[in-house]
Amino acid sequence: MNDHEDPSKTHAGIEFRDVSFRLPQGQLLLDGISFAVADGTTTAILGRSGSGKTTLLRTVNRMVEATSGSVLVGGKEVHEANLIALRRGIGYVIQETGLFPHFSVERNVGVVLEAEGRPREERRRRSRELLEAVGLAPESFASRLPHQLSGGQRQRVGLARALAAEPRLLLMDEPFGALDPLTRAESQDMLRDVLRKLGKTVLLVTHDLDEALYLADRIVLLSGGKLIANLAPQEFLLSKEPEIAGYVRAFHRGERRAASEGGRA
Amino acid sequence: MSGGFFTQYGGQIANLTIEHLWLTGAAMLAATAIAVPVGIALTRSPRWARPVIGIANILQTIPSLALFGFLLPLPWLGERAARIAIVALTAYALLPILRNTYAGIRGIDPAVVEVARALGLTDLQRLYMVELPLAASFILAGLRTATVTCVGIATIAAAVGAGGLGELIFRGVASVDNRLVLAGAIPAALLALVADGMLGIFERLTAVKR
Repeated sequence: MNDHEDPSKTHAGIEFRDVSFRLPQGQLLLDGISFAVADGTTTAILGRSGSGKTTLLRTVNRMVEATSGSVLVGGKEVHEANLIALRRGIGYVIQETGLFPHFSVERNVGVVLEAEGRPREERRRRSRELLEAVGLAPESFASRLPHQLSGGQRQRVGLARALAAEPRLLLMDEPFGALDPLTRAESQDMLRDVLRKLGKTVLLVTHDLDEALYLADRIVLLSGGKLIANLAPQEFLLSKEPEIAGYVRAFHRGERRAASEGGRA
Repeated sequence: MSGGFFTQYGGQIANLTIEHLWLTGAAMLAATAIAVPVGIALTRSPRWARPVIGIANILQTIPSLALFGFLLPLPWLGERAARIAIVALTAYALLPILRNTYAGIRGIDPAVVEVARALGLTDLQRLYMVELPLAASFILAGLRTATVTCVGIATIAAAVGAGGLGELIFRGVASVDNRLVLAGAIPAALLALVADGMLGIFERLTAVKR
């Protein structure tokens, strides 16, 4: 037991120790994954669809229970934690946003605080602070309903909601996957700005190499449920490892073609 | 119709209307108290949904007159006709409420339910804060269907002596007096329309843009 440790000194990061997940039907989705995300850093998880990215992400807040190995948050095994407390302490953002359609933006942002029974005034103040932080003016957005927002605005509300209970950890699954490139770039800037200010530990699932390079301190590549790489962005980009190089080559193909054929067009 | 008809039957029509309301109202309360919790429970273990909704479905296919007849010889129930009527009406009201509660909750955007869980809402909080409000208009639609059906079926309860507006209809048929038939049928139809209209308003008020 490490309970006597000074909590401020424990690493708030995430650690995967030989994590595997097998479906009841027998299919192995995660195969012995081990790596750590240092406190206050962002790790992007890349990989094809079906490589296990989302499943791995979900083992952290136990939306998926690893069938073997262990996942540690702040040095403590998640399967020993109280499920509700664990989840309230971890921000969660997904592509579909999952905003509550019957709640105003303000109430959506404060929903975890509401679930914790915090007073209305505190929820209100905190919601407004966070809307401000994600670049949405509270005066014009607080009382709107989700269906009155654009896709980019909804993502911002989703992020604000994930941050409301001041989690040390943020899990993000393709947060900007459904946005057009410009909105996406703006959202990435906003996120980078927020993360820099708040110093969260982030696990970010994405398909987009560019997004990973832009936002992450480390890049993890999964393939068929196995960990292929865990590198800094620059190492990842320059790696000669065939699977990594193949993944990198799959991006910017149009750019390369346009550049090489530019003279002939 | 002559003024004499109303002086003769006005009081009876009023009493029977109240009786009719009581039979239907009691049955709707009972059916809601059963079907909503069961519907919620089914969303938690969907493999039971088919068989349970199937049973409610079968209940509804039993001809109402036959159901009243089946219940007649039962020990406690048979003693009072109103008990038979309420139990039978409850049985008919179960299916629409049950089906709509189940479908209403299951039809919620999975991302919304997923996030509710992932953010650490307890099961009860998820139910009260998210699922019930989002399914409310569906549940009310089921309640509306059930109410309109039951107001109609309740007229048949008079066949076993449970009272209600059906009594006037049966008497009118027996004595070949169309005025009596209409004196039962028109208030019954009005009750159904009013219930339909009122519940329809609630349904629209609770509807959420998903």
